[in-house]
Amino acid sequence: MSESTLFALQRLSAKLLAPLVVAHLALILYAVHGGLTAAEILGRTQGSATWGAFYGLFVVAVAVHAPIGVRNVVREWTRWRGRSLDLASAGLAILLLALGLRAVVAVVG
Amino acid sequence: MYILAIFPTGITDRVSASPTLEVRIWRGTDTGAFAAYEVPAAESQTVLDVVTWVQRHREPALAYRFACRVGVCGSCAMTVNGRARWTCRSHVKDVARDGRLVIEPLRHLPRIKDLVCDLTPFFDKWRRAGGWFEGEATRREPMPALAPGAEARQTVDAGIECINCAVCYSACDVVGWRPDYLGPAALNRAWTLVNDARHVRTREVLDATATSDGCTVCHTHGNCTEHCPVGISPTAAIAGLKRKVFRRWLRGGHA
Amino acid sequence: MKTTPESRRGAGYRAFLAHRLSGLALAVFLPAHFLTLGLALEGAEALDRFLAFAELPLVKAAEWSLVVLLATHLGLGARLLVLELGPWRGLRIAWVGWAVGIAAVTGLAFLAVA
Repeated sequence: MSESTLFALQRLSAKLLAPLVVAHLALILYAVHGGLTAAEILGRTQGSATWGAFYGLFVVAVAVHAPIGVRNVVREWTRWRGRSLDLASAGLAILLLALGLRAVVAVVG
Repeated sequence: MYILAIFPTGITDRVSASPTLEVRIWRGTDTGAFAAYEVPAAESQTVLDVVTWVQRHREPALAYRFACRVGVCGSCAMTVNGRARWTCRSHVKDVARDGRLVIEPLRHLPRIKDLVCDLTPFFDKWRRAGGWFEGEATRREPMPALAPGAEARQTVDAGIECINCAVCYSACDVVGWRPDYLGPAALNRAWTLVNDARHVRTREVLDATATSDGCTVCHTHGNCTEHCPVGISPTAAIAGLKRKVFRRWLRGGHA
Repeated sequence: MKTTPESRRGAGYRAFLAHRLSGLALAVFLPAHFLTLGLALEGAEALDRFLAFAELPLVKAAEWSLVVLLATHLGLGARLLVLELGPWRGLRIAWVGWAVGIAAVTGLAFLAVA
């Protein structure tokens, strides 16, 4: 992927994440109020296509956004460069996507 | 003497019994040490005056660069008390802390001797960023009319007065972390060309600034803008390049 | 001996550092967060066991800091998006203060409801 592509993807995912994070933070404050229970969380999310789409989109955007940022940090603050770093960044993206979608399935499915 | 009229060596004789400045100047290259000097303080005195005094009166072998002494040539930049500055227009009374000055060469450039850096990488990056003008009109054609109020022209004007002093380059943290990064001055120059209606290689310049060492590497710390002695905002120029690169990518025309 | 660069003392640099460190912390935390939610696959009891663990004060404090980090990363990131892709109107250093303020309010709100 070219540098322009990585730059554009990270900014696009950031634009997408900004409103999602606001909603997520609001939900955290709402949900934590009065204590968290699995029944409460799952009662809200299970079978809900809206929450499924919301968090599915969230996970995809995060899986794009985070590895590009982490790769930049590594390139600037360590000596790690090149192909192995690119592969590791792609690996992080896949890991986040897989674990994230699994979590969405767990709470929605 | 003509020479004396040009160079302010006389200050020392007039203030010999007056307060002094504690000045520490870097001697050597990457390895070296600070040397301490006591320099007579004067009412009106620039950092460059101080360095000149040390070279004239204490350390004839001290190497430093200057030419115009009036903020035009961009050759006298140094690190003064931790901040990159043009020394010819930095008054001691504005920059000294408790009468102390620590003077080092610029950061992020190979050191040649004492306060002198090799600026070759800095100017190489101007070329790598495509930073030279190419027109297509010849001398036989009429001068193109450029409306000074046009938006693109005003964008050019905002960045065109760069004096190549490398203060922004020295102040840029990203240049320190990624030595191949083109840096604020080269990207600012590229941005002036991208907006120049007479320039014919706009596309190539944008390509050159969209590489893995180009504008997308910038973190927008804003150090270049805050350090620029002539009030240019390379951060704005780099943001302009980023917008162009971003929009071009959205349109599918990315490199 | 070298002096500290003055470029490391400005609000722009501190905003960058806070944005970067919060981003790194979130990237490290996310896989753990996803794994925790994945516990629901094993049934509500498994998730409840974790949530009971999450009531421990130290874990609660860690949760609180993640909320603050997320709000910080959001606020400072929004400033960057506007600086980079919006019309240029200066470095908007004041926005750094707004971002920190929003993160602080979010943190206090979390403390109030938790």
